[in-house]
Amino acid sequence: MSAERALPMLVCAAVLAAWETLVRWAEIPPYILPAPSLIATTLITDWGTLSGSLWVTLRITALALALAVGIGVALAILFAQWRWLERSFFPFAVVLQVTPIIAIAPLLLVYLEPGTAVLVCAFLVAYFPILANTALGLASADHNLRDLFDLYRATRWQQMRLLRLPAALPYFLGGLRIAGGLALIGAIAAEIAAGTAGRGAGLAYRIVEAGYRLNIPRMFAALFLISIAGIAIYLALEAVSRLALRRWHDSTRERGA
Amino acid sequence: MSLSIPPLVSLRGLAKSFANGTTALSGLDLDVRDGEFLSLLGPSGCGKSTALRLIANLSQPDGGTIDWRDGKRPEIGFVFQDATLMPWASIFENVWLPLRLRGTSRADAGSRIREVLDLVGLKEFEKAFPRELSGGMKMRVSIARALVLRPALLLMDEPFAALDEITRLKLNRDLLRLRAELGTTTVFVTHSVYESVYLSSRIAVFTQRPGRIATEIEIAYDGPRDEDFRVSPFYVEKCRATSRALEQVMAE
Ligand SMILES: Nc1ncnc2c1ncn2[C@@H]1O[C@H](COP(=O)(O)OP(=O)(O)OP(=O)(O)O)[C@@H](O)[C@H]1O
Ligand SMILES: [Mg+2]
Repeated sequence: MSAERALPMLVCAAVLAAWETLVRWAEIPPYILPAPSLIATTLITDWGTLSGSLWVTLRITALALALAVGIGVALAILFAQWRWLERSFFPFAVVLQVTPIIAIAPLLLVYLEPGTAVLVCAFLVAYFPILANTALGLASADHNLRDLFDLYRATRWQQMRLLRLPAALPYFLGGLRIAGGLALIGAIAAEIAAGTAGRGAGLAYRIVEAGYRLNIPRMFAALFLISIAGIAIYLALEAVSRLALRRWHDSTRERGA
Repeated sequence: MSLSIPPLVSLRGLAKSFANGTTALSGLDLDVRDGEFLSLLGPSGCGKSTALRLIANLSQPDGGTIDWRDGKRPEIGFVFQDATLMPWASIFENVWLPLRLRGTSRADAGSRIREVLDLVGLKEFEKAFPRELSGGMKMRVSIARALVLRPALLLMDEPFAALDEITRLKLNRDLLRLRAELGTTTVFVTHSVYESVYLSSRIAVFTQRPGRIATEIEIAYDGPRDEDFRVSPFYVEKCRATSRALEQVMAE
């Protein structure tokens, strides 16, 4: 294993060991700070409840991300084709983006079912980087290449498909990586606002619930799962990005070692 | 001399200004004759690129006329200073582009694409991506792409300016060979007196901005343009005459 990977793992192991030692040595009660070993045990004993909630949160995050990609890219293409559309609607896209989701969530919960409201919240947090980045990418095609397409009298649709969309791909993927994390944040924030119990309860609700019951180990266990989910989403999108750009983009170019 | 045959295109009194107030061209008169290799030479910023873009219909003149002999613009190939390849597309796909935009499928375009890639000496590289090629090779791809539709007119805007001297000489020779094989009428923008004399059958020297033609110099030479040509008294004399014309323009 390379030092690049070994180092963070070593640091992580050291921190966990120190934490475990501190809790045992100082005899800190688990309702104040549970030891890593207790969190791990909780993860196993409560796996039935936690895994169900993890699945709920992941599903909403994935759905919100898919919506964000579909709607964000479609809007970016429409805006690029018709400037008046962009001028008319982009301000609203910005307003939706800058208003904190925590402030919008209660309103959405009035109008929508909790599950749908959480989905819409996660979408609202995630779509903007995709829209903004894709729009920038569509406008960033090399001007000489644009002249070349004009020279050969390419149609608007040909320009879009063969020039502007491929030119926008790296920008889109940059937005996607940000949006992945944001979708999870949006889903968690909305779940907390919604406070949905029962079968449809996500990980955030488990944290709130465990807080009320002073079940701190379970709180940590749920938090741990959220972190892992966030990391997994980031790594997956990073891999997608590298795969899509591996043949041509400078970001994947091999540098002389 | 082409006294009887009208020129492929004639520019009369062309003028072009930009929104920021720069007048790039004013009163540009120029004929492009069939089969010739015409170099446009002139100080930086005198409007050479602007003239090429007007000929290619990439920009519209504010005054003057562009008359095509056949009443309409023929197929035109354009080579920019940078190779201007699509980095996400293979060499094959880059050269395919002009055909693709005309509706030719990948399969139907294949043989023509291989033909032009062979012409520029890059037959084995059709699957490569632009970033895997050197600057000179990318420029060859750009030339292959410009030739793929068999244009009646090839416009080249300082195509070799960004390349090193050795690559540039090599590409100059290749360009002469292509000219001998295809006979495509070419308008070539350059800053180099030597390059223009070596390649051209005629040189049009521009004035400073706003650009128009100051002098035209014929390079009537029937022999092969080989290394002997580059040391011949004829070549040296033409270089001297061209340099003098350029100096005069700069002194105005
Ligand atoms: N789109 C534009 N907007 C404003 N000014 C422009 C534009 N294009 C060119 N110009 C100006 O017009 C003048 C002529 O430009 P052009 O590119 O044709 O010169 P050039 O002879 O090709 O110069 P060079 O040898 O440096 O390439 C320059 O002063 C340039 O700054
Ligand atoms: Mg120029």
